[in-house]
Formats: sequence, C-alpha cells, structure tokens
Amino acid sequence: MTKFERPAAFSRRAMLKSGGALVVSIGMPISLDTVLAVSEANAQVAGQFAAAIKPPLTPDHLSSYIAVNADGTVAAFFGKMDMGHGITVAIAQMVAEELDVPFKAVKMHLADTATSVQQGGASGSTGIQLGGKQMRMAAAEARRVLVEMAAERLSVPADQLTVIDGVVQSKADATKKVSYAELIGGRYFNVPLEWNKQYGNTLYAPGKAQPKKPSEYKIVGKPIKREDVAPKVFAQEDFCTDVKLPGMMHGRMLRPPVAGSVPVKVDESSIKDIPGARVVWQNAFLGVVADKEWDAIQAMQKLKVEWSQVTPPFPPQASLYDHIRKSAVRKKTVEKQNGNVDDAFKAAAKVIEAEYEWPFQSHAAMGPACALVEVKDGFATCFSGSQKTHFVQEGIAATLELPLEKVHVKWLTGPGSYGRNDADDCAADAAVLAKAVGKPVRLQYMREQGTGWDPKGPASVHKARMAFDAAGNITAYEFTSKGFSRIDVNTNGGKPEDTLAGQTRGVELHSGDGFGVPAESYEFANKRLTWETIPPLLDRASPLRSAHLRDPVGPQIHFASESFMDEVAAALNLDPVEFRLRHLKEPRDIAVVKAAAEKAGWQPRPSPQRQTGVKVNGRGIAYAQRNGTRVAVIAEVEVDRSSGKIYARRFVVAHDCGQIINPDGLAKCIEGNIVQGISRTLWEEVKFNDKAVTTVDWISYPILDITETPEKIETVLIDHPEIAPSGAGEPSIRPVAAAIANAIFDATGVRMRRVPFSPDRVKQAMA
Amino acid sequence: MAQRFTLNVNGKDHTVDVDPDMPLLYALRNDIGLNNPHFGCGLAQCGACTVHLDGQAIRSCVTPVSAVGDGKVVTLAGLGTPEKPHPLQIAYVEEQVPQCGYCINGWIMTAAAFLRDKKKPTEAEIKTALEGLKCRCGTHMGIMRAVKRAAEMMG
Repeated sequence: MTKFERPAAFSRRAMLKSGGALVVSIGMPISLDTVLAVSEANAQVAGQFAAAIKPPLTPDHLSSYIAVNADGTVAAFFGKMDMGHGITVAIAQMVAEELDVPFKAVKMHLADTATSVQQGGASGSTGIQLGGKQMRMAAAEARRVLVEMAAERLSVPADQLTVIDGVVQSKADATKKVSYAELIGGRYFNVPLEWNKQYGNTLYAPGKAQPKKPSEYKIVGKPIKREDVAPKVFAQEDFCTDVKLPGMMHGRMLRPPVAGSVPVKVDESSIKDIPGARVVWQNAFLGVVADKEWDAIQAMQKLKVEWSQVTPPFPPQASLYDHIRKSAVRKKTVEKQNGNVDDAFKAAAKVIEAEYEWPFQSHAAMGPACALVEVKDGFATCFSGSQKTHFVQEGIAATLELPLEKVHVKWLTGPGSYGRNDADDCAADAAVLAKAVGKPVRLQYMREQGTGWDPKGPASVHKARMAFDAAGNITAYEFTSKGFSRIDVNTNGGKPEDTLAGQTRGVELHSGDGFGVPAESYEFANKRLTWETIPPLLDRASPLRSAHLRDPVGPQIHFASESFMDEVAAALNLDPVEFRLRHLKEPRDIAVVKAAAEKAGWQPRPSPQRQTGVKVNGRGIAYAQRNGTRVAVIAEVEVDRSSGKIYARRFVVAHDCGQIINPDGLAKCIEGNIVQGISRTLWEEVKFNDKAVTTVDWISYPILDITETPEKIETVLIDHPEIAPSGAGEPSIRPVAAAIANAIFDATGVRMRRVPFSPDRVKQAMA
Repeated sequence: MAQRFTLNVNGKDHTVDVDPDMPLLYALRNDIGLNNPHFGCGLAQCGACTVHLDGQAIRSCVTPVSAVGDGKVVTLAGLGTPEKPHPLQIAYVEEQVPQCGYCINGWIMTAAAFLRDKKKPTEAEIKTALEGLKCRCGTHMGIMRAVKRAAEMMG
C-alpha cells in the first residue's frame, strides 16, 4: 500500500475480486473515516484536547486537517488534489516539518468530500501558497497541543520539551518521554481553530501556534521523490476511469451536429437490439446507457435523433478576431492606472503600437473526462478526476436536488487536468444518467467530445501602445485586452448553470465576466492596463464556451505584453534584457531577469540579427509575475524559413516562488509548463465552422510531438526561505509564447503577432 | 453478435464472449479486468491504450478482438513488476517521469519494443521511435531522460 493511497482506495483494494475486476464498496456513511480506528480503550480516555468521536468536518476544527493514527502515523486531510506536480509530497513535507515527525509518517488524503474541507481544489497554483499555508498552520497547532498534552503527562513544562520523530521528550532528561501515538493515537483532536469564515482557496484557520522558522527546517526544501510514480509505472494505480461498481452501466452522451440545436425526436427503437440500451432524454440533454461499454458506444452511434433546425451560430473562423474587435464590450475594467495616459499620448512626439491575437485553445486532456455516479437511497456517490471535488459535490447536489451532505465525491487521478476542463461536465452528466436509470453509471466522453466540447481557453485581441517624447524617452504605456470571458462558464461545476448538464436541461444562465492584465513591475510615468470582455458566440451549451485553461488568460496577455516590450526595445535599438532592466521596479523581478540572462550566457545586443540562410537561430526573453511568483524565460529557437518550422531548442527559466518546499518537484513542474507552453505557442488553435468545432482529435488539434522536444530546459530556482511560498503550477507557462516570438524576431526580423506559430503561418510571415 | 474468444494476456488464457469487432482495449479493461491500458482517443492517435501483441506495440483501441487470434498480449502490468521491473519502469521511477500518468502505456510499451530490438540508440532514433505518442502534461523531457537511461541499462 502506498503512502498516498486515499481512503477510497483502501476498501477498493480490500475487495479485489477474483478475475481481476475491481469492485468498490459504496454507500458508506459520509462521516466514515477509514483511517482512524477508534478503539474502545481510547474512547475511555478522551481529555481536554482529544475526542473519541470526530468533531464535525468543518474548517474550524483541527481534526478536519490532522489526525494521529493509533500507530503514530499522521493522516493529513487536504481539500486540494495533486494534478501530477507532486504537491502531495510538498504538503506532506510541510506537515511533517511542523509536527516533527518523519516524512514517511505522513499519509496524505486528498480532496475526498467526506474527509476534507472545501479548500478550493486544484486552483490558481495555490496548492502550496494557500492550501499548504493552512496545512502548515494546522500541523503547527497539532504539535503545540501535543506538547501541552505531554507537559501534563510528564509533569515537565512545555517549554522544556522537544519533539523528535513524533516523540515528545524532556530536553533535560531524555528518559522522560511520550509518543504522539500514546498521547492521542486513534483519537481525534478536539481543538478549535480561528477560521476566517471563508471556503475555497482563501480558507484559513490557524490555531495558537506559530510555525517554525525556516532556519529550523529539516524536511522542507529537500528533493523528496513522489510515491505515486511507481504505482503508475507498475499499472497499480486506479484512475477515476478504472472504478467499477456492482450493477454498473456504461453511459455515453450525444452532442448536436450543429451547436445550439436540440433533439426534437429520438427513436429509441433504433437501439432496441443493443443489450440493456436505454435513452435518457431530458430537454436538450441526451445520453444513452448500456450494460457494456462497447454497447453504449454502439448505442450512441446508432441512436436515430432528429435535431432542431437552428441558424448556425458561429462566424467564419477567418473573421474571429474582427468579431472580437467589433463586438460590444460587456464589461470593462481598468485594473491599473497611474499618471495621465490620455494627455501623454496626445502630447507624444512618437507612438509605437501593435496588436496581438490568441485563438481559442482546448484543454484536450490526455483522455476524455470520465465519472462514475451512483444514486441510491437518496445518497449520491461520485468518483471523479475533477480539480474541484467539493464544487462537484455542490453541483451534483443542485442537479439532483439532494442536500449537500447526501452527496459524496471521491477524487481519483483523472486523465489529465489543466483547469476547468470537461471533468465537471462529465460528473454532472453522469449524475443525471445515474439518477434516471437507477443504477451506477460510468460515463466517459469520446475523444471528439473531449476535444470538441470541453470548455475553451478564451480567444482574444490585445492592443499595446507606447508614447515617446521628442528626445525618445518613454512617456506613456497602455495595454488593453479584449476577448471572450475566462468565466463564461465558471472555473468549477459547482452550479448547474456552469455545466453542460445544467445548460442542456434548461437552467437559467449566468455567464460571468473576467479577463486580466499584464502582471509586471514596469514603471512608466503614465500607464494604464485594461481588459474588456465580450459575450459568448452562443450562450447555451456551446462547444466554444470559455473558461479557465492553465494560467487562465496569462499566456495570451503576456504573449502580447512581453512581445510588445521587445518591439519597443528593438525600436530603441536596445538589448531586450537591458531594456527590461531599465524599467523594472521590483528587485525580485530584476533578479529573475538577470539570473536567466546569466545562465543563458546572454550577450547584450539589440534584436534582430541580420542573418541569411534557410535555417537561422535566435534568442528571446520574456518575463512575468503571477500572484507573487516571478519568472523569466529565455528561448533559443531555430527557424526554417523554407518550411516555416520552428524548433524551440533550448530554454532557460529563472523562477522565484519564495520559499521552495521541494526543488525536485518544482523543477519538473516548470519543465511541464515550458513544454505545454511551447505546444500552445507553436501548434494549438481551436478551429470551427459556422456549425461546430472542427478540431476534435489529435490530428486536427495537434500538440507538441516528442520529435520537437527541446534539447534542454535549464532552471534556476531562486529560493527565498524567508518569503512565504507562492505558486508554481502555472507561472512559468506564462512567458513562453513571448520568449519564442521574441526569439523568432531575433532570428529573422519578422514579428509574429498571432498564435499559433504553425509552419504555414510562419512561412507566410517570412514571405 | 457475441462470439467466444480465448485471449492470452500476460501469460494467462482468458475466455471472453464479445462482439468480434469490439476493440481489444475493452476486453482487457472490462472483461479481463486489466485497467492499465487507457482509453485516450479510440483512433490510434495517442498511444494510451498500447499493449504488445507478439512483441509488437499495438494500439488496442483499434485492434478488433477477432484480429488477436492466438497472439500473446502483454500489458504494462505484464511488462514488469516491482519485484521484477523492466528497465524502463526502473528508469521511469528514477526520473520521476509522469505527471497524471494517463499516457504511460504508450511511451513505455512502445519504448520497450523499440529498445528490445535497438541497442544503444541515438537521441534522434529514440525520438523517431516514439513519434506520434501523446503526453498532454508535457513530460517529454523526463520521457527522453528515462528512455535514454533504460537504453543504457539494456546495453
């Protein structure tokens, strides 16, 4: 059994049936905590800080985060999950550090709504920044309480005690000692916390304890390896796609051939020969179930459906950016403004301006989403790979009209997740199917539904302009983004209106408005950063509904803003690093730019180089902040002017996210960001015709191939143990596109202002 | 309609009654209970369903059960175990390759067939052998490190 196995997995493994099929025990009471076996003996000795019965699972109880098992191991209950960046290890390191127990003694339990509180799920790179902050404070409080309990037991003042590997002992007399297991093992902490009354990412509930000083760290900062890798490599880990329940049926959904059309006639007799096949049709919601998975797929393909005639909703792909430019603005926000930008531009001797364009992009998860739901005796159980299980719990409760406490969502690794993908839609769809047929339903989307119908990263147009006086000094800078909202559907499936199930079944819609502005510390006397959102192309059940895709709107905004800084540097005939350093204000920003330049062996000179030949090389830098983290990326690319093919050969990344918890996990997290960033920059674009999204698989929606992998990605990890850790899951994807664009410009003198830089587009630009 | 097939998977015979046109993937996952080959696309475009059929890496999502015959199927679970790991599995753990890990069958099973036949491959040869496989998390750098490490172990 691995260290990170979740409570759900215990019972599943235990019930492994002959023949290999995994069978899960279900319908367990929501308060059941399989890790904590409370013995009769322990129940007799509840004291001031301990309880035999678990206090309610609310944010203001220490027991909601930390428990000491009878064997002295520590259970940590975390309301976020690990999308593969190894945050499980990082949080366990923080907990073990504060509790003074060995790292191996901590078992993490992730994102199960029955064992963890609503900490927001995997969200905004806050796993360590906010989730870890809370776990650190809870663990510190647990240690404080345990030391107080020991002080009483040993009759030694607390300040004369120390803790070594989960054993509290007198500093003066090491024979006076008592273990955590002896103090509270198998019982629950009965200790209140000062909760800030917030749920989600910002939930914070410290106790009276102060966490350790970084100088005291023994575990935090160490490159401890993940323990979930081996189970994956040896095919021992169950994904959310792998769970099977007794009597389970398989579901498949049907999506309309023309976005916006709805089923008007469904001929159930067309699938009558398929064993167990049934139709679930509620308003515009249309799915099928069958006993076997292959039969469900056959039923989906064979079901005769007449769809309503509607006017195709989408403009021609070629006019997407014109559509954005011309669309009425639904919401406008000036997020940053200093000086008098308008007057400065009026008085300018010279103005440089440019526009940049970014397409819709798909999550295109490795596998299409999957969820398994059983609705039984007024209680719903869901297995999901969602990033937001607590929101899925709310969404299913609302969809099925059940009280929240009658819905249990268990998280298992899903087929990849980089934001609000199709996982939450799938959970809601599966819930509707399961309730309708009265049996557990495992629903997995098909590839074309995963890529074609997942929520999309929004398309946008960005306008930047810089004013100069007669002497060539910069007098004003303005940057404006206009695009589809990043929360047309919200970042989670917590409300039916944000899921396809809710939208197809006809709930009232509430499309949200959100975008963003560049996150940097360039100082100009007059500066304004603005965003504007436009309405969706189709308001209900749209395959182009927009939502959070890894570093929501960060790549598009910083592609534009950091390309523009390069354009200005080139116009001033300045080295791009030098130009940035002249205007950056914050020392940590300056430090990442310098660190990247130094590691890359950057030689100061203006871009572009004047090169001849078919294959030319260039270098480019871009930098950004993200919620406290700062990152500078230098790209070295080769441009084949005859084929238009870009080879992004080498990257140097300088990364400062404050205190580093696990440098090994951090470096790998950055690598994944860079590779996915290259992919989105060079290849990724959702295409559509007037009726539907036409990029529906890996041929029509290509991503970076292994043959295009960089030769090298080097990271400079700047550690600030004294600064609270900020996030790393997304910041380093942010400057990738601009770094590549700037390198292409350096190599060729050609400025790419529209993503992706696919060969045909590059070739066209070079012509 | 359903027919009876005997499939030899990871050295053991399994009898299944299934539609002859049904892809092998579903027989492995649902009838035989081997969860590790994953459904990624059903189109032979990503590799998440890759298994060995008589030593060759094939995409089980497009291989009809009827085409398997008496061929020997090996899945990732049959390639090696924690007690007796394949060099690629050792290298994958050492290099901490996967993020979500959903793609893992494609890379390991394809690389295993490649490295069995090709000793001391160059980096370019490795890349060509793995061309077309998908990893959405972007673990490409780790994959290359692991395959190179396994290649060294396999001499």
